[in-house]
Amino acid sequence: MIRLTPARLFTVVAIAAAALVAIVLGALATGPAPLSLTEVFRVLVLGEGTDGARDIVLGVRLPRVVLGVLVGAALATAGAVFQALLRNPLADPYVLGVSGGAALAGIAVLALGGVVALPTQSVPLAAFIGGIVATGLLYWVSGGRGGSGPTGLLLTGVVFNAVASAGIVFLASIAGFFEGSRIFLWLIGQLSAVEIDAAGLVGASVLLGLAVACVFARSLNLLALGDESAAELGVPVESHRRILLLATSLMVGAAVSVSGLIGFVGLIVPHALRLLIGSDHRLLVPATALCGAGFLVLSDTLARSLIDGRELPVGAVTALLGGPLFIVLLRRSQSRSRLP
Amino acid sequence: MKSIAPTAPRSAEGLRFESVTATRGGRTLLHGIDFEVRPGEIVGLAGRNGVGKTTLLQLANGLLAPAAGRVLLGETPVRSLGRRAVARRIALVPQDLHVPFPFRAGELVLMGRAPHQPLVGLDSDADVVRARTALARLGIEDLADRSVETLSGGERQLVLFARALVQDPEHLLLDEPTAFLDLKHRLEVLGEVRRFVSAGGGALVVSHDLTLAARTCDRLVLLGEGEVVAVGRPEDVLTPANLARAFAIDAQIVSGPDGRLIVLPMLGPGEPARD
Repeated sequence: MIRLTPARLFTVVAIAAAALVAIVLGALATGPAPLSLTEVFRVLVLGEGTDGARDIVLGVRLPRVVLGVLVGAALATAGAVFQALLRNPLADPYVLGVSGGAALAGIAVLALGGVVALPTQSVPLAAFIGGIVATGLLYWVSGGRGGSGPTGLLLTGVVFNAVASAGIVFLASIAGFFEGSRIFLWLIGQLSAVEIDAAGLVGASVLLGLAVACVFARSLNLLALGDESAAELGVPVESHRRILLLATSLMVGAAVSVSGLIGFVGLIVPHALRLLIGSDHRLLVPATALCGAGFLVLSDTLARSLIDGRELPVGAVTALLGGPLFIVLLRRSQSRSRLP
Repeated sequence: MKSIAPTAPRSAEGLRFESVTATRGGRTLLHGIDFEVRPGEIVGLAGRNGVGKTTLLQLANGLLAPAAGRVLLGETPVRSLGRRAVARRIALVPQDLHVPFPFRAGELVLMGRAPHQPLVGLDSDADVVRARTALARLGIEDLADRSVETLSGGERQLVLFARALVQDPEHLLLDEPTAFLDLKHRLEVLGEVRRFVSAGGGALVVSHDLTLAARTCDRLVLLGEGEVVAVGRPEDVLTPANLARAFAIDAQIVSGPDGRLIVLPMLGPGEPARD
């Protein structure tokens, strides 16, 4: 009988962490002015290197990579949590419209900020509230337990996203604070979309969300079997679900407020990992956080180096990868639900 | 392989329904339900589809609140115990379970240890031994590493039964535990239920197979429209008059070669009998 031993947990987490470190170093070395890994290492670890290298690594690339790590970990883990709570492998904060709700609320506060003075922390806080409201609506529409089936939930998400996008465009045009393509970057998702002046708050929110998901990983296993099964096995379903939803919405709100609408990370990463390491959330959640971080940094590195002198939004890369996977998963769930 | 430890003797308390009214979706299904599952006995629960058998099981483990009356574990109302406390003492085997993720059967069985484990942590060696033992007893060790999605209905039912044994409860609640099982596995599962109650536990078993229930249950609760038709030993409960009230059928009850009862539903004129 295969079991989750401490050694197995440690090995998987160590491999994922090593991969993340390698991707981060690669991302720090890649760019219009390529640096060698040795130079990156000297700047980062030894604090040496030329002034130019230090500026590029610490001033330009590192903030963006850190942002990618936080956003990727948050979105991927949120996907795994939503999938377990809604018992739906297609759930993802973007697909469900939770990111859309967070983005709309964040933009509303940005627009309001043009009229009255607001502290910079109010954008992530508003995004958090927007995410909570969208999650609450989603639960209300699905009758509390994802009962309307995969398609019902997805339709709800489509509508949320349409409303959120329309609201964002509307607010941006009446407020007039986005010239040209910046609004487009919010809608497709970009790691440079927003200045990080609330970095501490965003980082703390993401870490809190990840910690809650790890602590409640065993409950996620049981909740993935359904509310009744979880209750029969001793889980206080309502309170655990509420804690998980709050922490996850906080994490998604924080991520969206600094990156806009990056889609499908929460779909791709947990799905691939389930195939590799199984469904036990005590292993899946930490691995998802690390691999989600690596996946997004890698996607962003691709996005800024694929075309010379041009930067693609990272959301375009994740959507191009995630969209087809989503279709395949949807097709599979449809054919399965037709079976007796 | 580790030796199979006998189930530890337990100090189970009775599971008692006191003038319980069961409702579902605002509709009253049953009222005036009075019976007890005592330690050491298997109680069968029979009645027509939709009469409220599964609802009674959910009342028994506190998932539903009775509209009137009380469900007591010993002298304590089940609903006043926390979910975790109930899960340590009462295990339910559902008819089936849809698992949308590729959990392995062994993982599902180990989840039965959850009410005994802290919130955070991995499974202990003792937990794993328990799970292996339960799988071995039911002869399904070879399913342990298969994905639950790929199991047949009967295999999944055995896995769910193993999970309930691993939960180490005082009472087992079984919702048609043999519905998807072949004859051999039916006997094995019921044999395990008997072993469980012999060690001091109690069992409440929903069954449509009255002949099998008559062989395996110490007492039967026969449910009719809105009320309990009869409670007692199978030979007292399984009478043509009671079966007519509960199922609206004619039935003959005959003695089998070993003296146990056999229930024969009789086909009336116009029924699809073979020539």
